[in-house]
Amino acid sequence: MDRLLELLEDNGRMPLNELAGALEMSESEVAKKLEKFEREGVIKGYKTVIDRTKLDDAPQSIIGLIEVNISPQPDTGFDQIAREIYDHPEVRSCYLCSGDYDLLVWVEASTLNEIAEFVARELAPLKNVHKTESHFMLKIYKEGGLYFEPPTSDHRLSISP
Amino acid sequence: MIELSRTVESLAPSGIRDFFDLVMSMDDVISLGVGEPDFATPWHIREAAIKSIEDGYTNYTSNKGMPELRKAICTHLDKVHQLNYDYEEEILITTGVSEGMDLAMRALINPGDEVIIPTPCYVSYYPTAKMAGARVKLLNTEPDQFKLNPEKLADAISPASKIVVLNYPSNPTGTTYDKSLLEQLAELIIKHDLIVISDEIYSHLTYDLQHIPLPTLPELRERTIFFNGFSKSCAMTGLRIAYATGPEKIIGAMTKIHQYTMLCAPTTSQFAAIEATNHGADAIASMKKEYKRRRNLVHEKLNRLGLDCPLPDGAFYAFPSIKKTGLDPTTFCKKLLTQQQVAAVPGTAFGPGGEERIRISYATDFQQLREALKRIELFLQSL
Ligand SMILES: Cc1ncc(COP(=O)(O)O)c(C=O)c1O
Repeated sequence: MDRLLELLEDNGRMPLNELAGALEMSESEVAKKLEKFEREGVIKGYKTVIDRTKLDDAPQSIIGLIEVNISPQPDTGFDQIAREIYDHPEVRSCYLCSGDYDLLVWVEASTLNEIAEFVARELAPLKNVHKTESHFMLKIYKEGGLYFEPPTSDHRLSISP
Repeated sequence: MIELSRTVESLAPSGIRDFFDLVMSMDDVISLGVGEPDFATPWHIREAAIKSIEDGYTNYTSNKGMPELRKAICTHLDKVHQLNYDYEEEILITTGVSEGMDLAMRALINPGDEVIIPTPCYVSYYPTAKMAGARVKLLNTEPDQFKLNPEKLADAISPASKIVVLNYPSNPTGTTYDKSLLEQLAELIIKHDLIVISDEIYSHLTYDLQHIPLPTLPELRERTIFFNGFSKSCAMTGLRIAYATGPEKIIGAMTKIHQYTMLCAPTTSQFAAIEATNHGADAIASMKKEYKRRRNLVHEKLNRLGLDCPLPDGAFYAFPSIKKTGLDPTTFCKKLLTQQQVAAVPGTAFGPGGEERIRISYATDFQQLREALKRIELFLQSL
């Protein structure tokens, strides 16, 4: 993968001058490349990874991982029905998977009840959905390569020859 | 009254000891002073060590090291560098390059023999040469971009000269040697019948050039002791395992000392080293890629901050000049530490040529490194 993408995948907020330094390119070259990736949709966007357990004021979010079995359609396969599901704003991610189920749907809401409602009213009644199985996420250890628990500590002496 | 060996008493204490105590007394320090990888030893290598213990391999091995390990290393050197060493007579497994260095000095030096050491250099060369009874001539390479200048080497060579120590890529400067410079040095070495102690422990971390092991040069194999190890390449510093290859006569003499003073390198670590030699390439490549990314960041930022810094060719050190701050390196490092909680090592710890420099290790997580560089910027603004 392009080195610029690797750096940004690691840290979407790395400033242009540091990107330029790390890539041995000029800032304007980097900016041009970046714009191209954005224009072509290679870069979908920039998000922030938040540890909500560290916030007292924000409402906690409940995350449901829902396995969905669907019947593929003659023309559109899984795509059409998947779209009907992932177009719902509650759906944060949606993946087509091999194995026991077809779609893994990551749903976020502020209460358990909202997720239950979503499954009962929006998902399960869909014509080609024939089974769902919901899991609730209890704790995040690591997300997007970032540790939510402190990583294993550095045992090295802080000065060595 | 206890009287110590005068040789030992005359050795200066390690230049970084005081500094180490100061760093340890502080919290929240980002240390750029660490001379070892920040990566964990690749899991498959740790597993090989654990398995060897489970299987009960907790006994001595042959003095020279397990034949299987010696064979694996010789095969590797042949495959990668077309370097041919006989696994029975021309390689010794040591407890780190540190031990090997000491063995080589002791195996070769007679009273009055002279050892030429280019500086700034790794901290163990001078003391091991001195303890072996050598006279030491230090050659400051700072005026020559930290490369041993052949003319200056020619001037320094005297009838007593016996050994030259080379270390490339270098700790602390990050400099490496290209083919043409190595050839010029080789000519002098052959002409004056010198022996080379070539510490190439950072050979795997050469970023842009191709690393050229010294014994691959014509006629140098028979006068070079080649050192390499697993500490840096596979992040195995604490396992204390390395090797030396060279002419049978020298390796034999080193083995003689080793059998009495060390008996053998740690058995568990030898098992880890077999795994590292046979299956470590991918891990080495991925660590190297990360170091290179950091090197570019550090080099660009230090120069932008006005701390003139040559582009490191290899290893994981940058050696910028702090001359423009008007501070000596020890004061600079102490102030940087107390004011911004960033630790670096004063260049003076590495001998002549480090008087206006500090060593920055980028064996530090990328984000931490960015933060540390930011703090250095704040520190410079405060001066
Ligand atoms: C240039 C150089 N040689 C040798 C060593 C020691 O290596 P080992 O762990 O194999 O004793 C180091 C460690 O910092 C080093 O930088």
